[in-house]
Amino acid sequence: MTPSYRVIPDRLVSPFAKALKSWESLLLIVAVAIFIANALASPYFLNAWNLSDATFNFTEKAMIAFAMAMLIIAGEIDLSVAAIIALASTMMGVAMTMGFGTPVLVLVGLGTGLACGAFNGTIVARLGLPSIVVTIGTMSLFRGISYIILGDQAFTGYPADFAWFGQGYVVWVITVELVVFAALAVAFGVLLHRTSFGRQVYVIGNNPVAAQFSGVNVARVKFILFLLTGLMAGVAAVCLTSRLGSTRPSIATGYELEVVTMVVLGGVNILGGSGTIPGVVIAAFVMGLVTFGLGLLNVPGIVMSIFIGLLLIGVIALPRLWAMRRRRA
Amino acid sequence: MTRLFASREALLAGVIALLLVLIAFRFPGFVTPANLASVFNDTAPLIILALAQMIVILTRCIDLSVAANLALTGMVAAMLNGMGVPLALILCGVVMLGAAMGAVNGLLVWKLDIPPIVVTLGTMTIYRGIIFLISDGKWINAHQMSDGFKALPRIAFLGLPMMSWIAIAITLGFAVLVGRTALGRSFFAVGGNPHAAVYTGINVGRTQFAAFVIAGAMAGLTGYLWVARYAVAYVDIAGGFELDVVAACVIGGVSIAGGMGSVGGAVLGALFLGIMKNALPVVGISPFWQLAISGAAIIIAVAFNARQGRAPGRIILKEAA
Amino acid sequence: MQPHATGAEPSAHPDPVLRLSGISKSFPGVRALSDVALELYPGQVTALIGENGAGKSTIVKILTGIYQPDAGVIEIAGVGTHFPTAQAAAKAGVTAIHQETVLFDDLSVAENIFIGHAPRGRFGLIDRAEMLRQARSLLARIGADLDPATRLRDLGIASKHLVAIARALSIDAQVVIMDEPTAALSHKEIHELYELVERLKAEGKAILFISHKFDEIFRIADRYTVFRDGQFIGAGRIADVTEGALVQMMVGRSVDQIFPKRAPQLGPVLLTVAGYSHPTEFADINFSLRQGEILGFYGLIGAGRSEFMQALFGITKPSKGACRIDDKVVVIRSTTEAVQHGIVYVPEDRGRQGAVKGLPIFQNVTLPSLGRTSRNGFLRLAEEFALAREYTQRLDLRAASLDQDVGLLSGGNQQKVVIAKWLSTKPRVIILDEPTKGIDIGSKAAVHEFMAELAGQGLAVIMVSSEIPEVLGMSDRVIVMREGRMVAELTGDAMTPEALVRAAAGIPAGVAA
Repeated sequence: MTPSYRVIPDRLVSPFAKALKSWESLLLIVAVAIFIANALASPYFLNAWNLSDATFNFTEKAMIAFAMAMLIIAGEIDLSVAAIIALASTMMGVAMTMGFGTPVLVLVGLGTGLACGAFNGTIVARLGLPSIVVTIGTMSLFRGISYIILGDQAFTGYPADFAWFGQGYVVWVITVELVVFAALAVAFGVLLHRTSFGRQVYVIGNNPVAAQFSGVNVARVKFILFLLTGLMAGVAAVCLTSRLGSTRPSIATGYELEVVTMVVLGGVNILGGSGTIPGVVIAAFVMGLVTFGLGLLNVPGIVMSIFIGLLLIGVIALPRLWAMRRRRA
Repeated sequence: MTRLFASREALLAGVIALLLVLIAFRFPGFVTPANLASVFNDTAPLIILALAQMIVILTRCIDLSVAANLALTGMVAAMLNGMGVPLALILCGVVMLGAAMGAVNGLLVWKLDIPPIVVTLGTMTIYRGIIFLISDGKWINAHQMSDGFKALPRIAFLGLPMMSWIAIAITLGFAVLVGRTALGRSFFAVGGNPHAAVYTGINVGRTQFAAFVIAGAMAGLTGYLWVARYAVAYVDIAGGFELDVVAACVIGGVSIAGGMGSVGGAVLGALFLGIMKNALPVVGISPFWQLAISGAAIIIAVAFNARQGRAPGRIILKEAA
Repeated sequence: MQPHATGAEPSAHPDPVLRLSGISKSFPGVRALSDVALELYPGQVTALIGENGAGKSTIVKILTGIYQPDAGVIEIAGVGTHFPTAQAAAKAGVTAIHQETVLFDDLSVAENIFIGHAPRGRFGLIDRAEMLRQARSLLARIGADLDPATRLRDLGIASKHLVAIARALSIDAQVVIMDEPTAALSHKEIHELYELVERLKAEGKAILFISHKFDEIFRIADRYTVFRDGQFIGAGRIADVTEGALVQMMVGRSVDQIFPKRAPQLGPVLLTVAGYSHPTEFADINFSLRQGEILGFYGLIGAGRSEFMQALFGITKPSKGACRIDDKVVVIRSTTEAVQHGIVYVPEDRGRQGAVKGLPIFQNVTLPSLGRTSRNGFLRLAEEFALAREYTQRLDLRAASLDQDVGLLSGGNQQKVVIAKWLSTKPRVIILDEPTKGIDIGSKAAVHEFMAELAGQGLAVIMVSSEIPEVLGMSDRVIVMREGRMVAELTGDAMTPEALVRAAAGIPAGVAA
């Protein structure tokens, strides 16, 4: 072999240039455009307190979306997240009626989320069953347990200091939830983009067989991802329960759809393998702004769900239609 | 292992029989022919939609929009009735509308290659939202419906209401479709081995599209039956029913990986859930248990299905073959 | 030298039923077929002979409408035609029994035979009774004792093959392609298949018979066609050729490959495998491997070589047997453990098991070494690029940048990335499964050079290959496997092409080659 090796450059395109041309940049422009449109459409929009209120439209869902993004990048999905919120919230209610204080309530909420995630993870990762059906099953199971415990009743009367998580402010208009959201965004961004665990997630999503053939413990990574998703649903349950101040078994109904939509809108490939946390963060803002804007225009919630459904299909369909047209041209 | 699959229906039938015997032990009133007939009638929509869902799942897809489709066509049927459209036209209309909604799902899956779960999760909310748009969020109640509109599912014939007869007819129709037509057999081929299906000249995408259209048409028909039977139409009717439908299929041995399932299995799966739902209040268990039970049943059934479906590896050694 | 030619000599010289000429087909990075020709005659069996990668499967796919040729003419009975779909090929009377049975496990035997063209009764419905009746008579015609109502899942592989044959016959075909039909059959079943082929010949069908087994080629074929590296090498009557000549045509190189010269410096025994067995895939594998040695594994496709290697690498579990490294028993339960023990595996199925397409080169290379390039679980990109740069340059990788998607590289360069990935873990035993399959000649030479270099550095190398020149050119020692077992171990002068072919195909010693 000749000793004169040919030199291969590390990169031809700088990461910055790549980022400029990415889905995330496009989404950011969309977000800014919606922001401006909202500001023009409603005089109530550009008000710090109103905007602060609007963040509740997405913070809880986005917390789950970060973990869900990693799960979907790895080629799995968890449709039971809303049901986990319901069960975690119910368990907190149970703990509350037993007279426990706020610290225990939070631990119960997070613990329930973890346990549900471990349950999903065990069935999917260890037994190798398809996550779509399994989590459709656990979606009924977890919420079903809430119904068994609560029936048509509701837990109310959470301790006053418990309200801090969902109703408190850190400084000025910055809510506790927004801070939790921001902290989790950074944490998940680092986990996915800066650690070897995150790298393994991408590898599994692109080619699970090659991952196994390269010494990656695929089942373990997937299990941890389900655990994380369950934990985030637990965090969301704490925030949501605290914000609403009550628990009904129908709490957070339909959240799974909005979370998946947020993840897909954020540029995560639903078939796995690619996507970023910054994309999900921007998608969270876009969805929050759309919902808030439509709300200011008195559009009812169910009609907003049409937009969300169209958004979900549209963001996947449009690039494919575009590619088909280009191939024909 | 070899006979297990064929006996899957027998096993499920046995479980159902055992369930009935256990209930009869304490509550003999539950197993009288009249009550069983009413349980069957109650389960008719689930049976029809489980069959519809089965053919979609056979082709390796899933349709989560069936319940929303049902609710939308039901609302349209009630509104058409309010405008004085004759019942025969309404029936044609709901089937066509349902099929059209199924076709939207099918086209997105076939032509744009979008995962069925995403497509139908999206159309599910869109269809529900459309109900709100056309109805303005208002209910259509019994007194706003004509008697003829409400009567059809209830007309008794040979002791059974028309609703039950329709379910029976559709079951027979599916048995013919799935067992005796080229399209029906290609559902199995596409789901069982898409690669081989191409070799035998079957168009995978078009077959999936056909499954979605048929499922949509069935959801449309069920939409009318549901609204006429319960004499009410509003945005949220049959909310979450898509999960029951998937549960009935999975319990009935339809493999979510495609290519495996039977008409008998889907019907028995639906009956299992129907009996469970009707028996719970009778035996004094809160109906709030139902959701958790069907969730647990899905998980157990999917684990059971996976154990059956595991394919053996390549056999090289002669003595092992 | 007496070829075992049987079957009636064709009295006249009939016109071919099917004639291919000038057929070419390329895939990204590979030229699978280049200007090949093939003629099939009624009532005659034509054997298509060639090594793996010679283009046999591609020609079968072109004949059955799965692939479209880039150039060339297909004529049926002298009339030019083309097969845009599988159905068009079937309609034109061309049918194939594929190497991997393309059947449906959850349909019945009769349905598998008739899917796509089932007999119709009233209302256009499938006439099941008629279908069963026809299936029964077809199965009887091929002497298969099967109930047409059985679910296919419940049949053994040999019976499945019979179903595939019945399916082929159910289409009233003039041309029947058999792609290694006896690969999975028992001795008795093979004889039944021969009888069937004779019957098809008598019915005037033209048969294309693909096989690696010379005994059966000489037993049932009337004519032969040889492909090598996607090119037409020769054709003629079996009666006019010897086994030796066929082997020569099959393995001879148009451009002689030059393998690196090396003086093996064998160190102490590194790896010992004793009695490795698997319930269904391989049995009783025994060998030891020294440092600096290159051990070749030769055999036909499906001989169990890859299956054994994957068990050694911890993908599957052996049922029996022990593995020792440095004379210490090691148990390998996962790929992670295999890598820890210094055993790495470059798989044959590069696209599925080797390269992670969609991710950049440097991430592919550092995947098993993330523990070293990261600190406390946090990635250090500079370290990753340094590692990737070092090993890809040693392998003379051709790429635009290390940030490039592996999926955009040619097959040969993808293979270099996979090898670089493993070298960066500093392994002791490297298993290369068909390392040069489907890659261009330049990359081949680079891979060969590198293998020699690795052995020179004291690594123990196992190379699975179906290419005879490669096996002979690179290995210090060759183990031949057949039907999941070791059937020969050859060293020195005993390593000849003939010896390999004989052992792999099960030609008994003493039969002239």
